[in-house]
Amino acid sequence: MKILVGYKRVVDFNVRIQVKPDGTGVMTDGVKLSANPFDDIALEEALRLREKGIATEVVVVGIGPADLTAHLRNGLAMGANRAIHVVTADEVQPLTAARVLLKLVEKEQPELVILGKQAIDDDANQTGQMLAALWDRPQATFASKVEIAGGKATVTREVDAGLETIEAELPAVITTDLRLNEPRFIKLPDIMKAKSKPIDSIEFGSLGVEAHDHLKTTHYAAPPKRSKGVMVKDAAELVAVLKQKGLL
Amino acid sequence: MSKILVVAEHLNGKLNSSTARAVSAAAAVSAAAAVKGDSIDVLVLADSVDAIAAEASKIDGVGKVLTIARAENAHPLAAVLAPQVAKAAAGYSHVFFPSTTFGKDVAPRVAALLGVSQVSDVMSVEGAHSFKRPIYAGNAIVTVEANPAHAVVATIRTASWPAAGSRGDSAAVEALAVDAALPAHTRFVELQQGKSDRPDLQGAGKVVSGGRGVGSKENFEVIYKLADKIGAAVGASRAAVDAGYVPNELQVGQTGKIIAPELYMAFGISGAIQHLTGIKDAGTIVAINKDGEAPIFEIADIGLVGDLFKLIPEIEQALG
Repeated sequence: MKILVGYKRVVDFNVRIQVKPDGTGVMTDGVKLSANPFDDIALEEALRLREKGIATEVVVVGIGPADLTAHLRNGLAMGANRAIHVVTADEVQPLTAARVLLKLVEKEQPELVILGKQAIDDDANQTGQMLAALWDRPQATFASKVEIAGGKATVTREVDAGLETIEAELPAVITTDLRLNEPRFIKLPDIMKAKSKPIDSIEFGSLGVEAHDHLKTTHYAAPPKRSKGVMVKDAAELVAVLKQKGLL
Repeated sequence: MSKILVVAEHLNGKLNSSTARAVSAAAAVSAAAAVKGDSIDVLVLADSVDAIAAEASKIDGVGKVLTIARAENAHPLAAVLAPQVAKAAAGYSHVFFPSTTFGKDVAPRVAALLGVSQVSDVMSVEGAHSFKRPIYAGNAIVTVEANPAHAVVATIRTASWPAAGSRGDSAAVEALAVDAALPAHTRFVELQQGKSDRPDLQGAGKVVSGGRGVGSKENFEVIYKLADKIGAAVGASRAAVDAGYVPNELQVGQTGKIIAPELYMAFGISGAIQHLTGIKDAGTIVAINKDGEAPIFEIADIGLVGDLFKLIPEIEQALG
């Protein structure tokens, strides 16, 4: 069984992002970039399925500019067998990303595609569901537990009401939630080994995907700030203040 | 002219309040539209629709309630619901879902079937095709413009919108016949639901929340006890959920629930940005933490430095 894993590069989750004063974007110059945390979880899950003998090959996929290869090398160092780099300098919105992934799915014929439930830059939470729709296959979003047996995935999902379990016939799309696993750290010898693993480069333009995204971002702003609050000295004063505000 | 379809969320035969919040966003689109004569319709997909549709028909501002009753709709499987919503969306300028795990699961599947982009987590409506939404865990707010030539599929950030009110009369309820082939490749197995008599975290006016500082599952009892005393829902930080103190459905933050109670009381929560993004819209934030330097104090309206296990009994005593 082959598994395709989406592996996006984003601004590191520890960076407190700043909006440019002219409102044209966020400041990303010199900012640390890392794998989207949910994508690391996706890759980890795929690697564990390979280690259990359920999967035979794990392929990481990235869409982005020429220097994305360094990021894909990290995915290879973590343990993926090979990488596919769809090269484009343009920003790619979720619907376009899903269309690109569909082209790769048609070519690679994986039985499972694992993606992060959202990327922590645009927080869109769309690509996996869109790919599943275009592919006309099951989706199991927000997965916290995955079992593969008998041609189907049994997936526990973190939903607002609790934990939902569904069965999805393969091939299928799974998107990962935080508690699915804890991704492994990359070891130095694996970084050396990753240098000889293949990365296929495909020009975005050669895929025949029409990038007609309908959303235009016209302005970026910093969020409204909450005004500085007050400190109280003890429980009695806290309760008195809350009662005065009519909150208790 | 805008014609807006709001897809209802429900569980166990009851309408979720997130639906009425999405109706508020729809009303804002109607108000922003250049040409009046708009309508807001609610779509209920279920196996048994009557009780849910009756509730939806009482929401202020709803033109009519459309229902699709099919056995396959007993559970909200995106692969099953999306083709029906995509068919029902014909003729509508906007299709709105609440930005809950239900809406986040189904909406992108509908958008892809319609071949359109989706606007996630709408915070405000600037025009019929212009919206504000958060990115980077709420550290930046963007204005996005959707192409008016296509239907707008969007999820509505429930914490940004009040629930639309109720009304005396009822909107008309109509059964909708859609011709959509439904897949059998995805099946519901079970839902393990936390049983609680406490208010629902997403709709509660008051929330008492605990973090890593609470220390254990057993210690969390003091949080539950205070919540019960003041009639509050219980929430938690990711650290507390990861450590197994409380179940996942209590998580508040970027990847958990985004909430907007009138009162949020955080005990033993340091305040990672991913948590703060989930509570920014709260009316009053109270932070209680041993560490006076904890980032939660930067956004708290009222702060108290001290040991939560000593302070909670004192708060209860002061409440009388």
